[in-house]
Amino acid sequence: MNRTNQVNSRQDEVIDEFDMFSDWMEKYEHIIEIGKDLPPMEEEDKVEENLIKGCQSRVWLSAKLNSQGEVIFSADSDAIITKGLVALMVHILSGSKASVIAAADLYFLEKIGLHEHLSSTRSNGLASMVKQMKMYGLVFSARS
Amino acid sequence: MVGKDENTYDVQEIRREFPILERQVNGHPLIYLDSAASSQKPRAVIESQREYLSHFHSNIHRGAHALATQATEAFEGAREIAREYFNASKSSEIVFTSGATDSINLVAGTWGRSNLKSDSTILLTRLEHHSNIVPWQILATEIGCKIEVVDILSDGSLDLSDFNEKLSLKPALVCFSHVSNTLGTINDVKTLTSLAHKAGSVVLIDGAQAAPHCQVDLQDLDCDFYAFSGHKMYGPTGIGVLYGKLDLLESMPPWRGGGEMISSVSFEEPTTFNIPPYKFEAGTPNISGVIGLGQAISWVKSIGVDKIAAHELALTEYAHKKLLTIEGLKIYGTAEHKAGVVSFLVDGTHPSDLGTLLDQLGIAVRTGSHCTEPLMKRLGVSGTVRASFAAYTTFEEIDALVAGLERAIKMLR
Repeated sequence: MNRTNQVNSRQDEVIDEFDMFSDWMEKYEHIIEIGKDLPPMEEEDKVEENLIKGCQSRVWLSAKLNSQGEVIFSADSDAIITKGLVALMVHILSGSKASVIAAADLYFLEKIGLHEHLSSTRSNGLASMVKQMKMYGLVFSARS
Repeated sequence: MVGKDENTYDVQEIRREFPILERQVNGHPLIYLDSAASSQKPRAVIESQREYLSHFHSNIHRGAHALATQATEAFEGAREIAREYFNASKSSEIVFTSGATDSINLVAGTWGRSNLKSDSTILLTRLEHHSNIVPWQILATEIGCKIEVVDILSDGSLDLSDFNEKLSLKPALVCFSHVSNTLGTINDVKTLTSLAHKAGSVVLIDGAQAAPHCQVDLQDLDCDFYAFSGHKMYGPTGIGVLYGKLDLLESMPPWRGGGEMISSVSFEEPTTFNIPPYKFEAGTPNISGVIGLGQAISWVKSIGVDKIAAHELALTEYAHKKLLTIEGLKIYGTAEHKAGVVSFLVDGTHPSDLGTLLDQLGIAVRTGSHCTEPLMKRLGVSGTVRASFAAYTTFEEIDALVAGLERAIKMLR
């Protein structure tokens, strides 16, 4: 598979997955399940410097570059819906090249009708997390 | 219990005056339980904005034409409405600002900067909103003076013995909220003011949460400064009031410079300043906001703030009773005297998740720290869910909140 498309193909999968749900309740139940299924973050990574502070919920994010030059993200949140959304972000972006992450267009949130979670009024740390993920992409691609 | 005060208070008739309450959110009728953040607006206020902008908008105080006269009369008329409603002795004691935050910053920037010294103490409380903390911290850093904080009791009321103890430090300034925006605690501000005056302190009251919910009699309270916002009392955003005793306002240096606040401007002679309140109202003011605020006050008066307060108290008691039927729900703020604010947490759920799911049901609440991080720290929590009530809130809406919470909790646990 073309590396450039991995982010988009994963987004398209997520969009298809959410197409199955007819109402908001099913959609949120699914997000909550995804949140619950997210493997716990390593305690050593759940530190202050990885904390993205929002007004309402806290998000932790760490990023590592593997030997293949791919960025591996791990993340967590104290709020379960935020955690579900964070897990989706990690699923979509983790394992891609830094330059791909830096340039990624994250259209899936709008398509699955959850773009309001990225608006500044939500202050849930998610918008800051997306910025931070792309920032890691930029930093790692500048290094390589 | 539902509608128990129906005989004296027709909430449905009041709701008809608020067009926004007719709308749907996420496919459900809007249930607006975030009035402590900002209340909705009655037709009288909405109409006043349209009327002013369509018929007599003009700059005020200086035009030589009919529109200027009409706009000035409406503007100064609103000042008189505010003076009368809050029972200030003179309309010159009513300074229009952009809101309670602006009012407090004005006092910090003028009275504070010219009266506090490096050995002064400012006394605040744990209950305060950031807007009654941060302006003082900025000032204290500048001057090098100290800030002391009065603690609270476990029910969210002020610790009066701590208050008395800290007064022995002879603080130059004592600032406290009339009503806590997070816990709803109503402070006995008259007693607190009198105690602080006996200690020789100047008193500032943050009345942002009190003005829409209880009768405020400024001469009876005898405080030196009182700050509130228009948008929390059914008026427009961007308008508020700083009440100050006239002798204090007269002695304070100006804050912002510009037109209107001067008596005479010269490059050769010292520039001289206007008298209060104009000394503190530099530039073209928020004329439409002032007119809207006047209308909002008149609207509250027409219903009767005591009736509104009784309705909100009944709602609060009902909400406490109903919410406590939810397993694992804990209410923060159980002081004997409370306004229409209920903060709570539910075991095994995060406030932000509850807020998100309630929003899907058309129920608007606030979640987070409510701009009171020091209070959250004292309570040992990072945030709460807050439901807050107003004149238009119904008992059925509280039932819907409880049902919505039960549904959300089931999904989250």
